[in-house]
Amino acid sequence: MTVEFSLWALLQSLADGAKWTVALSALAFLFGGATGLLILFARMSRSRLLRQATRVYIEVFQGTPLLMQLFLIFFGLSLAGLEVSPWLAAAVGLTLFSSAYLAEIWRGCVEAVPRGQWEASSSLAMSYLEQMRHVILPQALRLAIAPTVGFSVQVIKGTAVASIIGFIELTKTGSMLANATFQPFLIYGLVAASYFLLCYPLSLYAQYLERKLHVSR
Amino acid sequence: MAYQFDFPAVFDYTDALVTGAGVTLGLTLVGALLGGALGTLGGVVRAWRIHPLDWAFRLYVEVIRNTPFLVQLLFIFFGLPSLGVQINEWQASILTMVVNLGAYTTEIIRAGIEATPRGQIEAAQSLAMNRWQTFRHVVLRPSLQRVWPALSSQVIIVMLGSAVCSQIATEDLTFAANFIQSRNFRAFETYLVVTFLYFLLALLTRQLLNWVGRRFVAPRRPCSPEVR
Repeated sequence: MTVEFSLWALLQSLADGAKWTVALSALAFLFGGATGLLILFARMSRSRLLRQATRVYIEVFQGTPLLMQLFLIFFGLSLAGLEVSPWLAAAVGLTLFSSAYLAEIWRGCVEAVPRGQWEASSSLAMSYLEQMRHVILPQALRLAIAPTVGFSVQVIKGTAVASIIGFIELTKTGSMLANATFQPFLIYGLVAASYFLLCYPLSLYAQYLERKLHVSR
Repeated sequence: MAYQFDFPAVFDYTDALVTGAGVTLGLTLVGALLGGALGTLGGVVRAWRIHPLDWAFRLYVEVIRNTPFLVQLLFIFFGLPSLGVQINEWQASILTMVVNLGAYTTEIIRAGIEATPRGQIEAAQSLAMNRWQTFRHVVLRPSLQRVWPALSSQVIIVMLGSAVCSQIATEDLTFAANFIQSRNFRAFETYLVVTFLYFLLALLTRQLLNWVGRRFVAPRRPCSPEVR
């Protein structure tokens, strides 16, 4: 049986779904950023064990499909005796995924800060944390903004995969509507357009930031 | 009672795992070849601003890079038939991978071509190389060399992304995982093994692409210091 929807009703349902896409993206990006910062410190620490452990962490998350990560978290958390909703599994999964990528992006930025800056600050008897806080991170931050904004586009696109574990966001709303209306061309076209509207401004902003950085150098 | 892990329950289905891994590799191979070809064309068109294709490729790249792979796949698989194009799950999966990879490689190869120093092209002209020779030996090959690591990473990203092709019943590695866990009810173990297999496939693909890069893309005869 086909259900008739007016275009307006379709758009409203998709907007409802898009709210969850935005919420999940924002959450994953914020928590992923915080976790990523911890990973970054561990990745650059003086302890060999920590460095190796975080290297493996990053490689595992960058070397396996996001879908598998979500499945593992979904089923793994329930094995641990937790009541897992798709929302929780998606949030945890995308947070870990983002943290690995952000840590790696930021490491590149920290390493791009000239060695002399480390040497100068250590000759001023600054501790590791002081060096990071006052000398290295402020400079690395300037380099990091453009790729970080660029990565937020990856996070938004990544949330589409959460629809597969049953989280009802933009893509899932779209497939439910497509099944109900038998208008897949229109619906998926609208879904794609919605993602484009969310992502393209961020892409443009990232490009703009990158150009600005290169001009000032 | 603590949960008892049962990995043998997964390895009872080794056949399905091997077939699935083979399909994923096959999809990646075809996707990489066709996507690479499309991206090379796009990269040249974008770098040399060949009108009006230039504009079309720009639109194409922006649309693909700002929408999720899964939505592209659903659009192609469910949307195209309503335009009268009959398409099965294999064609849809490959088409999506090609279209997706093509957009990213267009940008990567464009960057490589734009980094060609002008002097190189002038030098080629002064050696009486024709346009095709200049393009092939002086522009394209060194450009590919420059961006080969980025291209390799993109191929691996698409391979890992292709896990969602199981959603339209393409029988890849993820499809095998879903099948196995529906039989043995050991979801966690199954997905853990399959995740590990993806990790191995990614490593293997990286090695393979590094080899291809060294063997076919890097300069055939490195100049000796005297010649330089």
